[in-house]
Amino acid sequence: MPKYLLLKHYTGGPERHPNSASPMSEWTEDEITAHVAFLRQVADMLRERGEFVDAQALRPERTYVQYGGPDAAPVTTDGPFPETKELAAGWYMVDVESEARAIEIAAYVSSGPGKGGLPLYEWIEVRPVMTDIPATTE
Amino acid sequence: MNEDVVRVLAPQVLGILVRRGNDFAAAEDAVQDALLEAHRTWGDAPPDDPKGWLVTVAGRKLIDARRSAAARRRREDVLALEPEPGPAEQVDDTLLLLFLCCHPALTPASAIALTLRAVGGLTTREIAEAFLVPEATMAQRISRAKRTVSGRPLAQPGDVAVVLRVLYLIFNEGYSGRVDLCAEAIRLTRQLQLACDEPEVAGLLALMLLHDARRAARTDEHGTFIPLGQQDRTRWNQGEIAEGVRILQTALARERRGEYQIQAAIAALHDDARAAEETDWPQILAWYDELLALTDNPLAALSRAVTVGEVDGPLAGLSAVDDLAARLGDHHRVDAVRAYLHERAGHLDLAAEHYTRAAAQARSTPERDYLTKQAARLRRR
Repeated sequence: MPKYLLLKHYTGGPERHPNSASPMSEWTEDEITAHVAFLRQVADMLRERGEFVDAQALRPERTYVQYGGPDAAPVTTDGPFPETKELAAGWYMVDVESEARAIEIAAYVSSGPGKGGLPLYEWIEVRPVMTDIPATTE
Repeated sequence: MNEDVVRVLAPQVLGILVRRGNDFAAAEDAVQDALLEAHRTWGDAPPDDPKGWLVTVAGRKLIDARRSAAARRRREDVLALEPEPGPAEQVDDTLLLLFLCCHPALTPASAIALTLRAVGGLTTREIAEAFLVPEATMAQRISRAKRTVSGRPLAQPGDVAVVLRVLYLIFNEGYSGRVDLCAEAIRLTRQLQLACDEPEVAGLLALMLLHDARRAARTDEHGTFIPLGQQDRTRWNQGEIAEGVRILQTALARERRGEYQIQAAIAALHDDARAAEETDWPQILAWYDELLALTDNPLAALSRAVTVGEVDGPLAGLSAVDDLAARLGDHHRVDAVRAYLHERAGHLDLAAEHYTRAAAQARSTPERDYLTKQAARLRRR
């Protein structure tokens, strides 16, 4: 069974739907609670169906790190980066029957409630994970 | 307690209970309970008839479970449904179990998990590790699968082709994980072959053995894929090849060919060549023609194009790929095949270009690494 990474983003990606235009910092407490409950419910649904591999949320800060050269400290840079840069917010890793099923799950994740309880229509990035080589390649 | 003995016995005991008319999910739970009790009580001295012991204890567990369910629901009449003891034929029970575990109502992934658990005797944790998912996820997948097949009548014999497909999928999952799924698939197909006198069952077993024989030569020490033409053939397992060829010849003699026998015949011709240059390509091409007349498999069509390249030269191979292009669409191996044929035709720049494109589309890291290195080799010249 193929694995897929379903990525949620804070920023970046294709042009946003009006429903996902405002950042979470502008939502009410109830709206945030509803959204978080939805994300948990997605994970529960995936577990129940035997498709769950992993789910994590990422904090928004990021540091780029580079080898500093021999006997030198690592080079780090922590922005600011242009708003257009993609910033991942978290992921679900799923183990599913087909790509079609991964896309179905991603579309469902995208329908989660946002401001005003309306479906967010946020873009979910779907990335296939490399598999092992099949045992019968000729 | 000998784990191997238990792994062989567990599915037999389950088969007997299911044949007696017990619900599959309940019977599977009862067998697991009986195994736990065996672990607790056998120590180093298993009973003289361990299978009989397990059948008795699992049967008792089933009755216990039914009693407590009945008590819960205050419906004593459930006890009246206790099935009659039936005949206990091990071979047919394995077949019955395989038909249940590969029931067409299950998705392939569920059928695979259930087969490994109920017939293969693997633990849920081992299956989870083989597929790199959390144990809870695999437990859920198995329990859903059990619910799906529970209560489904098996009045008519199942379709052997469906079982073969599941076993083939298990084999192709490979051997890189902690559990060797190739070995599991071979073991299960051997069991099926004992129970089912079908040339295609033998064909699949032969196919698995003939491919598994090359295992040690398929990747280098860094895990990079090594294609057939470049493998160190002294590392092939001659015992497996001899057994695969013998099984295949017996199957082919029955003149009821199918896709597994044909694929095995192709694998046997490769295995038979002491060096890549000695490969009998015209014969392989004839088998591919027969395979494609039988199944419309795009991957087989692509392999046939490679074979045309060996028989009639790389330009003929390339034109065979072109003829397929519309049908194959953007199949991820088309570029790899074109790259190989272009290089043989001396179009080195084109070959490098196609290798680069092929690497970008590879579905597995061993293949990607191999293709990237091919492109690098051609660019460096």
